[in-house]
Amino acid sequence: MRLRAVDVKLGYGDRVIVDGLDLGIEAGTVTTIIGPNGCGKSTLLRALGRLLKPSGGEVLLDGKRIDRMPTREVAKILGVLPQAPTAPEGLTVADLVARGRHPHQTWYRQWSSGDESAVNEALSMTGLLDLGERPLDELSGGQRQRAWISMALAQGTDLLLLDEPTTFLDLAHQIEVLELVRRLHSELGRTVVMVLHDLNLAARYTDHLVAMRGGEVVAAGPPGDVLTEGLLAEVFDLAAKVIEDPVTGTPLVVPVGPLPPPARRD
Amino acid sequence: MSAPAEKARPVSAPAEKATPVSASEEKATTPYARDHRVRERPLRIGPASWTVRPRSAAVALVLLAATALLTALGMRIGDIPMSLAQVVGAVVGDGPDHFVVMELRLPRALTGVLVGAALALAGAVTQAVARNPLASPDVLGVTPGASVSVVAVIVATSSAAGGPGGTLATLGIPLLSLIGGLVGALAVYTLAWRGGLDGYRLVLVGIGVSAVFTNVKYWLLTIGDVNDSGRAMVWISGSLNGRGWEHVVPVAIGLAVLVPPALLGARSLDALRFGDDTVTGLGVRSNLVRSLMVLAAVLLASVATAAAGPIAFVALAAPQVALRLTGAARPPLVVSALTGAALTVAADLVARTAFSPVELPVGVVTAVLGAPYLIYLLIRARRKARS
Amino acid sequence: MSASAATARPRAPGRAGTVHSRRLLVLAGLFAILAVAVMLSVMVGAKPVPPGDVWHALTAQTGTENDIVVRSLRIPRTAVGVMAGVALGVAGALMQGHTRNPLADPGLLGVTQGAAFAMVFGIMALGVTSLYGYIWFGMAGALVASAGVFALGMAGGRGGPTPVTLALAGTAVSAFLYALTSALVLMDQRAMDVFRFWQAGSIAGRDGEVVWQVLPFVAVGLLLALFNAPGLNALSLGEDVARALGQNITLTRSVGVAAITLLGGASVAACGSLSFLGLMVPHLTRPLSGPDHRWLLPYSGLAGAAALLLADVVGRVVARPGELEVGVVLALLGAPFFVALVRRRKPVRL
Repeated sequence: MRLRAVDVKLGYGDRVIVDGLDLGIEAGTVTTIIGPNGCGKSTLLRALGRLLKPSGGEVLLDGKRIDRMPTREVAKILGVLPQAPTAPEGLTVADLVARGRHPHQTWYRQWSSGDESAVNEALSMTGLLDLGERPLDELSGGQRQRAWISMALAQGTDLLLLDEPTTFLDLAHQIEVLELVRRLHSELGRTVVMVLHDLNLAARYTDHLVAMRGGEVVAAGPPGDVLTEGLLAEVFDLAAKVIEDPVTGTPLVVPVGPLPPPARRD
Repeated sequence: MSAPAEKARPVSAPAEKATPVSASEEKATTPYARDHRVRERPLRIGPASWTVRPRSAAVALVLLAATALLTALGMRIGDIPMSLAQVVGAVVGDGPDHFVVMELRLPRALTGVLVGAALALAGAVTQAVARNPLASPDVLGVTPGASVSVVAVIVATSSAAGGPGGTLATLGIPLLSLIGGLVGALAVYTLAWRGGLDGYRLVLVGIGVSAVFTNVKYWLLTIGDVNDSGRAMVWISGSLNGRGWEHVVPVAIGLAVLVPPALLGARSLDALRFGDDTVTGLGVRSNLVRSLMVLAAVLLASVATAAAGPIAFVALAAPQVALRLTGAARPPLVVSALTGAALTVAADLVARTAFSPVELPVGVVTAVLGAPYLIYLLIRARRKARS
Repeated sequence: MSASAATARPRAPGRAGTVHSRRLLVLAGLFAILAVAVMLSVMVGAKPVPPGDVWHALTAQTGTENDIVVRSLRIPRTAVGVMAGVALGVAGALMQGHTRNPLADPGLLGVTQGAAFAMVFGIMALGVTSLYGYIWFGMAGALVASAGVFALGMAGGRGGPTPVTLALAGTAVSAFLYALTSALVLMDQRAMDVFRFWQAGSIAGRDGEVVWQVLPFVAVGLLLALFNAPGLNALSLGEDVARALGQNITLTRSVGVAAITLLGGASVAACGSLSFLGLMVPHLTRPLSGPDHRWLLPYSGLAGAAALLLADVVGRVVARPGELEVGVVLALLGAPFFVALVRRRKPVRL
């Protein structure tokens, strides 16, 4: 178990969003957290990435409490890409990706050949090598998103937490990003945790699916076990048919419509 | 992390593209931050309907009461000390105190109330247009323009003609301040206009223009006699000493004329907080709204400065205090104005009593009272966010 | 693929190739401008000194009039100008980076008004009369005020002060101190006389002793600023990303505030209030450097020093036989330039 949340309590100010949640992330897997808006999936991801300190419980990285590890050491093991990050105006793609090397740099070693190759590798994996000198604010939404992913890749971490990495992307680019995630996992053995909204893509690219509602984990397991018609009703208040994806054989959700009010949970 | 109320107004005047400090954090906190705020209640009379926030209304009432009480307390002080009852009696009655109260003390007190309200309102509008909590009428060129004109005349007339004459002191200086303030604002506005009025460019141009005025003012203070510098400093600080009805009336007219359109424009100000694309999408003509709101702020600040000098800190702090008292998303106009009035009147009370019989200019005290209170509000907001 | 990719695509990463050499070229250009400014500052004045005499004074001084002018007046004055200019340029860039507010100047943390208050207080209460005395008081006042602002920004929360809290706390404390200073100078004419000249900002009459008073503070401040640059780069991507990249945010903010305090405090104590320089310079250099603070900070330092010296030279020439304070010249010449720049191009947002 590489990353574990043990009985965590999470919130902002005096508002509690997640209380007493347990979750484990196995090494070498792709885990996706799904759930309706406001269910606490991003909050959970932020806590796993030590961006949010739990007010109760603990998060363990390789068995050690993450908040007691030096943050720079964590940054060499664990990369986090928050939702909709922003960059100062005029920053070029290459400069942004180079900033992913931040945890590996010291004041006397600002730019090693290792940094250089990590940045090049990250840029070529996302297909951005030719856009290196373009300012980020001139790119399309999809290119910008890929540039941010490149930054997280350049960080060179075993573990990668991505909060909605496919927002702003058209379907083709969504597939491209998720194929990239699959390669990271299958070729490089990285462990990935994502928050996704598209259930069908989540089912297709995920080993382990975690469904949340109201700050609690409702179901977890392989997509085939989790994505059932009953669960969709329970978690999303959605009436849907689940059929077999003709390409991959994974579950395919075909929405029917919202559940009639009496059947809704709240 | 930080106070929700602060998160709601990012400090980096954000553009369409460049979003604030930590967008992700903000995104994560705002839905819950809303919880701290009081929801709006609809108020419908016939076809008209407004939304009223109970918390803002309560804060406004408290501030109104505080202003009235402080004004009355201030009117007790003077060569003939009076009790509160005597003050009230002198206002309604016809006794020997009637003249003193009605002709000397009441106009001074009212000048304080109105000037404080006008400055605070101007500050609230400026901060909303610039989307920057550090913006104030100083940035619009008003107060620096007024200051440099008045200092120039004080320094020039003293050595040549043995001090400004009676007409100059009573009529000339306010008029000069008014003209200086308007010219300063015109300079900022013209230089900032470039096929449209961008809040960000307005603020930066304003800083540049103000720097010129301010540094020339510093230089003028060094070339004259040190006594003139002292007299100029009193005016620069802002003073209510000897203010009469002739100071009350212009500010009152200014407020009466400018407050209704400013309040109407407030709805558009809410829209202005978004980027220009969104604003246009919401059906607001952004350049027109911005220009009119800036004009209102300029006029309010100019009139107030002409009456009492550029009283420090009110325009900047009152909107920020009001923002935190009401938990609103942008500086609320009415509450800001009332905060400004209360702050100015309270400061004048302290300015006259603290070192009595020496009287300090009111502008020296506004910051001494306002700054600790603003800091207290900042700290409290952070405490709340943590607990 | 590492080596091959690096050679095959020299353009790709920001370090290599044209970008890097362009940045070095700009750096060299700014150095050259500063060198010219230094030469002018040593040569021009009430008594012009030709270059040959400057060389003579530096290498083989024999006590000629020009030797004395150069060694005891012009060189110390120029040195103070360079230090203050570098300090204000760097402090301004740091301040705008940390607050992400284009209105931020090095005085925002309270250093300017803290120094002013301490100096006026020293004059009135303790009878300080010498320039060196003022400087120590100014420095102490700047440090205390800035530490106070930071403590207030930290109070009640965790994870370091947010830009808004820092900016507002700084503004509030500055206004508070300015009010106290005004009250004091209105009651004491002697203090008023010192204060009004200090307020205008000047490097006239600063001698070798002032140089040594200020130097250690500026040196340590620049060192801290250098350490702060990578962290500030990370912070400019937002606090979440900075934390994800392993940056300790409280530490970064604290180091930044310490650097701003030392740099701003030293310059303000030695030369009076020249805050506009610190505000203006980063806006001029940011279009050249882009958002990378490792370049923005040195650019701003060099540009700040050059601007201050050139303004000082102009101030010596225009008002002969007297001098115009450098703060006034900086505003009169710098502000139109600044406004033109803001108008001409879309300002780079922070």
